[in-house]
Amino acid sequence: MTPAPPSGVAPAPAARAAFSPEAIRAHFPLLRERREPPLVYLDSAATSQKPDVVLEALQRHYTRTNANIHRGVYRLAEEATAAYEDARRRVAKFVGAGSPRELIFTRNSTEAINLVAYTWARANLVAGDAILLTEMEHHANLVPWHILAGERAVELRFIPVTGDGLLDLGALPGLLADGRVKLTGVVHISNVLGTVNPVAEVARQARAAGALTLVDASQSVPHMPVDVKALGCDFLALTGHKMLGPTGIGALWARRALLEAMPPFMGGGEMIREVRLAGSSWNELPWKFEAGTMPIAEAVGLGAALAFLEDLGMDAVFAHDQELAAYALERLREVPDLRVLGPAAEKRGGVVAFELGDIHPHDVATVLDHQGVAVRAGHHCAMPLHEKLGVHASARASFHCYSLPQDVDALVRGLHRAREVFG
Amino acid sequence: MGDWDELYRENILEHYKHPRNRGTLEHPDITYEDANPLCGDQLRIDIEVKDGRIEKIRHSGHGCSISQASASMLCERLEGQPLEEVKKLTREDVLEMLGIELGPVRLKCALLALKTVKAGVYGITQWPGEEEGAP
Repeated sequence: MTPAPPSGVAPAPAARAAFSPEAIRAHFPLLRERREPPLVYLDSAATSQKPDVVLEALQRHYTRTNANIHRGVYRLAEEATAAYEDARRRVAKFVGAGSPRELIFTRNSTEAINLVAYTWARANLVAGDAILLTEMEHHANLVPWHILAGERAVELRFIPVTGDGLLDLGALPGLLADGRVKLTGVVHISNVLGTVNPVAEVARQARAAGALTLVDASQSVPHMPVDVKALGCDFLALTGHKMLGPTGIGALWARRALLEAMPPFMGGGEMIREVRLAGSSWNELPWKFEAGTMPIAEAVGLGAALAFLEDLGMDAVFAHDQELAAYALERLREVPDLRVLGPAAEKRGGVVAFELGDIHPHDVATVLDHQGVAVRAGHHCAMPLHEKLGVHASARASFHCYSLPQDVDALVRGLHRAREVFG
Repeated sequence: MGDWDELYRENILEHYKHPRNRGTLEHPDITYEDANPLCGDQLRIDIEVKDGRIEKIRHSGHGCSISQASASMLCERLEGQPLEEVKKLTREDVLEMLGIELGPVRLKCALLALKTVKAGVYGITQWPGEEEGAP
């Protein structure tokens, strides 16, 4: 099945020549619907809004193609299977995978990372081994390793974060020197600082020291061109709902040889080749890791989201994010007592977290909310990073392709208002 | 616009900006600390008890206006009262003191002070119906 929209529906904007967030917004029903006050959505790092083509793909799947996959011999089931596998090919191609067999569908990045923790890590790590993470990881790339470290004597190490929100790469050789690190886990774009980390360099040094690299690409794949070969990583986790797709669908990419050698994650239907009462043997890749009925419609919806993003061009999406972040940093300078977390604009994606004097981020977010501005407030699932920065919590504005400079203007107005209320 | 003042009623802002009973006690009979990890709110309550009455009560820590104002109001209300009064206080009393409608996230901010006082006085870490409100 092709994810092309049915006739009568405007196609995704062919906007490579002129990237126009105003034109892009018109494709997002939640953003074009009139509201009072108008919605200024600045929480795309939590989840993105969904364009018509994605919602239509879901609707079309359920109204025309719905059947369980990989089982039925009837045509409808074959069509559903083709649509699901077409989505897999799209995601695989989107991240530069060598083969769709290397692309495992999961619920989200968290499940993708847990898959690695529960299969590869438990099959390969022994007492005395170490896992190297960073101080700016999301809890999704910390907690699975805490659980593992609680079960066996695996040491967790951390690449420090500098005062200006960058990874301290100078510490890397020392952390890798004793050869005990078997896995490095690094977030590609920090969901708090917005920092775009030099993942390829981390992976290169890790490999030279005998370690594999897992990239948490939750915030990068939705916003910039990502190629697993160029990164030189071994595992990459992504989630669909931050990239204009539905919730409940994400993916793990891993090198084929690793996946072949890894034990399965969950047991159940579809992931087996043969089941006898005494035991089972595993299906081939990628289905070995996809037990039970998968989120089929969601995968199809994700495929449609990728087609939309490809039409925009990921280079253009990232340039837009960076431009908005730079504009936000500039405008936020006008707000007294405001402190932005993280690096200069050229080193970050479309994420800007900040503190506003002594005003608690919840209060900031509530005042903003009452002016229609939706931002995230709290620790953004990165408590250790906030501790490192000496911050209890922060407020965060984050962008996607549909975000406008006017959204930033509304944010700045709201922040002035917050200072009036709490000053 | 404008409906922010419904939430940040003047008395909340007043307690937030000029908190009553703020600080710590040198020799508290009861001291208890709790946190709301979701928001990073932290609260410590110190109580001096004399003849079964709350002689002095102080709160310290940091948090949003709702959590700070509710701590201030609660301490103001409890100082000089019999310790028994703590047992009688309910979440409804706190919400009535604040005088606002709150969503589930901010509700936790509002109730942190009561939870901390109750836990300190009676070792109660949960009160009836709390689990219904999760997460």
